[in-house]
Amino acid sequence: MSTSSRRAGRKNGGRIGGGLLDPRQLVRSLPDALRKLNPATLWRNPVMFIVEVGAFLTTGLAIANPSVFAWAIVVWLWLTVLFATLAEAVAEGRGKAQAATLRAAKRDTMARRLADPHDPARWDVVGAQELRQGDHVVVEAGEIIPGDGDVVEGIASVDESAITGESAPVIRESGGDRSAVTGGTKVLSDRIIVRITQKPGESFIDRMIALVEGADRQKTPNEIALNILLAALTIIFLIATVTMQPLAIYSKANNPGVPDTTALGADGVSGVVLVSLLVCLIPTTIGALLSAIGIAGMDRLVQRNVLAMSGRAVEAAGDVTTLLLDKTGTITLGNRQASQFVPAEGVAELDLATAAQLASLADETPEGRSIVVHAKHAYDLRERRPGELAHAEWIPFTAQTRMSGVNVDGRQVRKGAATSVMKWVRDNGGHPTAGVGHLVDGISASGGTPLVVGEVSSGTARVLGVIHLKDVVKQGMRERFDEMRRMGIRTVMITGDNPMTARAIAREAGVDDFLAEATPEDKLALIRKEQEGGRLVAMTGDGTNDAPALAQADVGVAMNTGTSAAKEAGNMVDLDSNPTKLIEIVEIGKQLLITRGALTTFSVANDIAKYFAIIPAMFAALYPGLDALNVMRLHSPQSAILSAVIFNALVIVALIPLALRGVRYRPSSAPKLLSRNLSVYGLGGIVVPFLGIKLIDLFVQFLPGMS
Amino acid sequence: MGAAAAGAVLVLSVVAVLAVVYLLLGDYLYKVYTGTRHSAAERLVYRVIGVRPDAEQPWAVYARALLAFSAVSVLVVYGLQRLQDRLVLGLGRPPVPAHVAWNTAVSFVTNTNWQAYPGETVMGHLVQMAALAVQNFVSAAVGMAVAVALVRGFARRQADTIGNFWVDLVRGTFRVLLPIAFVAALVLVAGGVVQNLASPHEVTTLTGGTQAITGGPVASQEAIKELGTNGGGFYNANSAHPLENPAGWTNWLQIVLLLAIPVALPRTFGRMVGQVRQGHAILAVMTVIALVSVLLTNVFEVAGGATVPRAAGAALEGKEVRFGVPGSATFAAATTLTSTGATDSAHDSFTPLGGMMTMLNMMLGEVAPGGAGSGLYGILVLAVITVFVAGLMVGRTPEYLGKKIGSREIKLASLYFLVTPALVLAGTAAAMGNRAGLAAMLNGGPHGLSEILYAFTSAANNNGSAFGGISAGTPWWCVALGLCMAFGRFLPIVFILALAGSLARQAPVPVSAGTLPTHRLQFVGMVAGVTVVLVALTFLPALALAPLAEGLS
Repeated sequence: MSTSSRRAGRKNGGRIGGGLLDPRQLVRSLPDALRKLNPATLWRNPVMFIVEVGAFLTTGLAIANPSVFAWAIVVWLWLTVLFATLAEAVAEGRGKAQAATLRAAKRDTMARRLADPHDPARWDVVGAQELRQGDHVVVEAGEIIPGDGDVVEGIASVDESAITGESAPVIRESGGDRSAVTGGTKVLSDRIIVRITQKPGESFIDRMIALVEGADRQKTPNEIALNILLAALTIIFLIATVTMQPLAIYSKANNPGVPDTTALGADGVSGVVLVSLLVCLIPTTIGALLSAIGIAGMDRLVQRNVLAMSGRAVEAAGDVTTLLLDKTGTITLGNRQASQFVPAEGVAELDLATAAQLASLADETPEGRSIVVHAKHAYDLRERRPGELAHAEWIPFTAQTRMSGVNVDGRQVRKGAATSVMKWVRDNGGHPTAGVGHLVDGISASGGTPLVVGEVSSGTARVLGVIHLKDVVKQGMRERFDEMRRMGIRTVMITGDNPMTARAIAREAGVDDFLAEATPEDKLALIRKEQEGGRLVAMTGDGTNDAPALAQADVGVAMNTGTSAAKEAGNMVDLDSNPTKLIEIVEIGKQLLITRGALTTFSVANDIAKYFAIIPAMFAALYPGLDALNVMRLHSPQSAILSAVIFNALVIVALIPLALRGVRYRPSSAPKLLSRNLSVYGLGGIVVPFLGIKLIDLFVQFLPGMS
Repeated sequence: MGAAAAGAVLVLSVVAVLAVVYLLLGDYLYKVYTGTRHSAAERLVYRVIGVRPDAEQPWAVYARALLAFSAVSVLVVYGLQRLQDRLVLGLGRPPVPAHVAWNTAVSFVTNTNWQAYPGETVMGHLVQMAALAVQNFVSAAVGMAVAVALVRGFARRQADTIGNFWVDLVRGTFRVLLPIAFVAALVLVAGGVVQNLASPHEVTTLTGGTQAITGGPVASQEAIKELGTNGGGFYNANSAHPLENPAGWTNWLQIVLLLAIPVALPRTFGRMVGQVRQGHAILAVMTVIALVSVLLTNVFEVAGGATVPRAAGAALEGKEVRFGVPGSATFAAATTLTSTGATDSAHDSFTPLGGMMTMLNMMLGEVAPGGAGSGLYGILVLAVITVFVAGLMVGRTPEYLGKKIGSREIKLASLYFLVTPALVLAGTAAAMGNRAGLAAMLNGGPHGLSEILYAFTSAANNNGSAFGGISAGTPWWCVALGLCMAFGRFLPIVFILALAGSLARQAPVPVSAGTLPTHRLQFVGMVAGVTVVLVALTFLPALALAPLAEGLS
């Protein structure tokens, strides 16, 4: 997978787009499509199997009793089947290109297997495929990691572009949540010892290849249910068509004066016409595109660098009613930032800002940097380099003192945790006023973090004021959550913060609920509680202690940077390790289901027009009154039937791009979505074939044998 | 008053009364089927048949009990007909021929009441009362029981059981059908319907000939015939007979009676699932379809079509003057929209398109409002199918009333939906391709075909009305239609009960903004649309060769 494929991601205001259909893809997929015509495999798709049987039947009839009309029908019936297999082949073809890239990464590598994990000097060289779970291997700079595993010793930078498409190297080290390495990735520096966790042939890359190729694709629950409904409709129309024959024979015999037509003779409706009617009635459109829709849904995830381990997970994503979102990185920008300088009584705001900036110059923590940045933006204080001030003594931030600062020209400035700085002021003979205490409490109560700035100048110690640090909610999150609410999805923020802070951020971000001071056990309990109420839960996670929750969630998205335990437990992996993507995953799941429903509706609605074409074509010669049903005024019975069959085949090709791209999805309430899709695919499904069949008839009527 | 105005008054007054029935009877049925107390009479019945009324049944046990009860019922009705010459009150009539007895037994047990015999001359009073009238009660109670069991499937959470068949059967009979039928019978007697156990007596007609007029327990049977959506008349002429349906207002009362329970059940459904608006929505679907159908039937009949009706001002052939065209057309629509099948006019003599409407009503699966119980479960299946497709279009795997419609549910719903069209079309095709089938045809052309199509539509949908025009008393017809009635009744019931079991086991999904609301006009329109489109697509080829060919020429 190249980085270019990732560009397809979000566009047009961030709604789900999708890969476009390249006409060359159709040609490239043709051999595969022809292979799929094999009845031994096609029977799995009952609708198209019936069409193929019909095509065989009419071919025999056309050979026995050739006519232009019969052969034209035969050709178009075969094309109908071919278009269906083509749709599936095209959908699969897009995965094949990605699989090829992955295969390149899965070259046969050699591994240095350690006899004793604690003795990196003794190793023997074996093929990567011979490695078993629990083996230890040593990998050095420039070497390919031979299999999935955890780093047990050392630290290294690793190039994971082969699987993530991201060229910047990542750090992998023993212990903690960044210990997982993936087979096929390359160590760029240092040396690590890796304990292999995969079984032979079941590496992450192997699974990725299988997934993008759709090799072990299984029908998802909803797909199975839809297939049952389509099979039932097929059976009904099969019965309706077959049982028509004795009625037609009787009717013909009752009108002895009426001459035989192409469609109706003494033996009833001709076989070719009967098959044409059946093929037009059974839901071929959705039957042809159903599996392509499923494959394309998975593919849309892959394009966003998300690997779904099963189609079931993608479907579940559409049903999700509760989203658990980690605060840090998903809702907020990761670090707290200075948002305000609040001076103590009798202190000028600018003085506080200057002191705060001065005290933070040597503080390289993100909080410290944000104070400097805020001072510059809000007070236009130029950022000074520590070297600019001569004889300055810099006091760096430590976990023990919990403050940083500077001693310069006899003046001491400190900034840090409220208790530490106040104590420092008191120790130097100052008396922090009650007003400062109120400021500190107020900021805490609002969910922010107060940092106090103090100074000792000319022997007097005093508090200058308080810096308000706060979590900065990412832009657009509130709108996103409002959208979710309209879609019926509840968002729950997960954070390690105390409840007061959590509540403030939850309110600012607009999430529906929050879980404060969350432990992995709390998360698991929350998921269980939601599920007991019948809700479906989606979450992201990366640490080993997230694994139980990831496994319990209906949609568990593991970050690729996470541990192998997390990746094993979830049913999706985000190669970009971007927790915000959960929202997109839900949208893709919904889009997949909508596309199925829309095309089913379209397919069934199409039948109305086809009846108006075929019934008068069959029987108007017998009962001229039935010509009133020929509302499209089609040229002749033959042209009417042929036009209906051609329309039926062409509509499949016309809808392949829609099946691959998915129907347009905008988050909104269920009734609104339904109204929109009903008017487009329901009403459209009724009207379009009337126009299409008429249009085709205008051309077809010039063929020989059409009158 | 012109025909149009008369029709409007009739329809509007029926609708107004039914609105009250919906609320009152619907609430009453809710109490009947959810109550926990048993009356003394009921306890006695339970002790006699040996069931524990408080033991609930899983769906398979429920279904087994229902099938066993029905099988025994068929045997009893068959036996009484075959032995009527040796039993009391036989009026000295010979045993009913085997094939007719089988057909009649199945017909009454399945709530069809197709009559392959002329009632007043073949059946003695014992058969009428102990066999046919009893089945009129219990077959309706069975239908209601199945509907209630399905509703329990929607209402319950993670339950293994769907109720107790015997309790549902007994309560439906004792608390609903018997009391209402008793009152209705008295009213009908007041209206001039006969009620006696007399032997036929001879009268001299105006022209001087003699005629044997059979009396009997007519009013009691008439009441349950309509209330239980049965339709089997005491007399061959059914509700067109002056001793069954003497006046315009008894005709009106019969229309209300046959619609009462099917119309009330959606209210019971709404109460049981805890959202009355869901019941309103289902009733709205039924009403929309029914009103359109009644309107079209009336229009086709009032406008006439052929030369003679036009000359006469309306299509009055085959209709009773005391009911007029609207009274007859509305009755015809009501009796075929429900699974009643009683007739106060000859559907065969309707205009081709008017006759087609009565067929279409049945082909819809009799869901607007349908039979006692069968109407509700039929439309709920259609709602499930609608939800399945519509639910996908809102981006969720489909759910109805919080229950997921997965592959098992859609499989059962599809099977349910497949049965009757398959029976109707296969039966019609078999008759047309078979010498024994064709031999019974009295008419040719598209009209002859309509008569065959009507017969199978009526049997498979358990309606029981007839176009006529075929000698349906022959062994081939008796057996073929008997099979259609039996399969058309019990296969769907088994699928419904399995569906109920499957739904009851589920834990409901909570409602959110992403849930497809199933109480709005949007959904009502969709269910009505799906019903009409699916049925039209299934039956159009057959209809094109029969009533459409006749009507459009």
